[in-house]
Amino acid sequence: MVDQYPAIVLLAPFFAAIAVSLLGNWKSGFCLPLTVLSLVISLMSSIALLGQVAESGEVVYLLGGWPRPYGIEFRVDPLNGLLLVVICTIALLSSIYSIRAAAVETPDKCPQFYTLYLLLVTGLLGMSMTGDAFNLYVLVEVASLTSYALIAMRSKRAVLASFNYIIMGTIGASFYLLGVGYLYMKTGSLNMVDIREVLLESGLYTSETILVAFMMIMVGVWIKMAFFPLHGWLPNAYSYAPSTASCVLAPLVTKVTVYVMIRMMFTVFGPEYVFVYLGWSDVVVWMAIVAILAGSILALAQTDLKKMLSYLIVAEVGYMVGGVWLANETALVGAIYHVISDAFMTLCLFLAAGAIITKTGKYCIKDMEGLFRKMPWTMVGFVIAALSMIGIPPTCGFFSKWYLINGGIEAGNWGYVAALLISSLINAILFFRVIEVAYFKKESTDSDKEETVSGSSGVGEPPLTMLGPLLVTAVCLLLIGIFNQEIVILIRQAVSSFGPLGFIG
Amino acid sequence: MILVDFIVSRFNYWIYIILMMMGLFAMIAKKNLIKKLIGMSIFQTAIILFFVSIGVKEGSTIPILAHEAAHDPAHQQAAPLTEKGEGHIQNGKGRDALRAEDYANPLPHVLMLTAIVVGVATLGVGLAVVQKLHQEFGSIEEPEILAKIDSDDG
Repeated sequence: MVDQYPAIVLLAPFFAAIAVSLLGNWKSGFCLPLTVLSLVISLMSSIALLGQVAESGEVVYLLGGWPRPYGIEFRVDPLNGLLLVVICTIALLSSIYSIRAAAVETPDKCPQFYTLYLLLVTGLLGMSMTGDAFNLYVLVEVASLTSYALIAMRSKRAVLASFNYIIMGTIGASFYLLGVGYLYMKTGSLNMVDIREVLLESGLYTSETILVAFMMIMVGVWIKMAFFPLHGWLPNAYSYAPSTASCVLAPLVTKVTVYVMIRMMFTVFGPEYVFVYLGWSDVVVWMAIVAILAGSILALAQTDLKKMLSYLIVAEVGYMVGGVWLANETALVGAIYHVISDAFMTLCLFLAAGAIITKTGKYCIKDMEGLFRKMPWTMVGFVIAALSMIGIPPTCGFFSKWYLINGGIEAGNWGYVAALLISSLINAILFFRVIEVAYFKKESTDSDKEETVSGSSGVGEPPLTMLGPLLVTAVCLLLIGIFNQEIVILIRQAVSSFGPLGFIG
Repeated sequence: MILVDFIVSRFNYWIYIILMMMGLFAMIAKKNLIKKLIGMSIFQTAIILFFVSIGVKEGSTIPILAHEAAHDPAHQQAAPLTEKGEGHIQNGKGRDALRAEDYANPLPHVLMLTAIVVGVATLGVGLAVVQKLHQEFGSIEEPEILAKIDSDDG
């Protein structure tokens, strides 16, 4: 049983997806309990797995018992152990949240919705566990295909956004696959650890094929994570998606892809190749700076709440890519810590936005007058997440930015430090604009007739199934901030296993 | 002459690159959504061609270990293989009975079986989404759909 945790983490949502699609069509009452049950099992085993990893180091799970170069293996180290817990927690919270929202937004599609939802979680969990480069491609596609379908569940614009996402996502995944092909040509292996060993033993760092492989993989991964010039698919897809779907897509998909980039850079190619041999870190950090500024400024230009949040994700991806490519330990720790904290911040913001939209039926920031009076607890959650995005202690956003900025100073890259600070300031403007409208503005009289859109006459707090997950997430933000020391120790453990970063600031 | 050699001896890579660029062009430049999906299919097929061609070797056979294959006149240098093929690999003498260079590399081909499945699934989702777009907007031309969205806003 204890040895089987990696399998249980992955298989619980997978089998539940099959069960939901079979039983849900018969009685739709089965959908939600099965979903929640499987995610609880997954969460429990991922926590147990993390405990195991923290105690005794990396856990390797061989599928079918085939040893390293031949079979597919799951490798769990402190880095993806943490990520697994984050994925399961977020999936569980937003599945509880979805009870009401899914019934409103996608009526009579309950079984389909939860099947796709569980398969998406399976794909993301698999992406973060697998130690095989080709297997990773398949799992990336599992996660992507389900997200295309989830986004297209809403009507009109969401469908077009989903189509654009299909085109972009397929280009990204195909580039990744080509990169794996080039790697395979040179190394004859698909196992990540094995590829690294072959690269080192045969001295393949000078090979042009490996360079092409690295470029292809990076471009593919960047498209998938919406790194700035390649971000075109994200804002529409996430803002028009059903709010339950965007609650799980927005926090997880980009963050797990950032993890894939870290895994590719440090486990497959190795820091000595990426930073010492290629020496591209300056160029990529500058691209990240552009991404941070562009994302923040584009967010500032939006009037739609969910679209503003979507552009903020583009900026946050810039934080993380920049942190990883700064090539020192502090910044890398900061980037990984930001993956975790940003997942929760984004979740909290999208949960709050979803609750506001389902209750009031309004999307625009200027229509949020008087919301503090009508739904105070929802706005408390929103404000905590906003403070965390701005980076105010004791929320987790402060600590991750602290590490990132320290890393930037250590690397001597002042542009990155400045971009982070400017982006924090822009975040402050963005969120205080929303808070100002919601707190100070008196409600105008002509908005009464629009309230019938939501189906309820008076606007109050959302039901407990929506409010509960939102407040739990807000508490998580504070807890991740307060217990930053413990998390950073775990992350450092993972970072030290990557070997020296080979770069002196 | 050198240039001709350079192109002809690597014709599989040239074809894969040409196909891939055709697909990429169709995905980006075409306005018709079905044509975009056709482009996507060509793009994925190009990658399949690339993978299949890296597994092929000159004068190699299909990677199946049958003891008839050992008696095949085309493989006379291969020593006879008994039913217990695995035992042969382990003892040193049997090693030249199973020369890896006589067989095509099966792994890229197997990978492509999976990639074909992924490609079919992507195409299926894509077509379903286009169908839904047609239901909602009555068109599969991108400019017409965008114009409808704009008029909905206004």
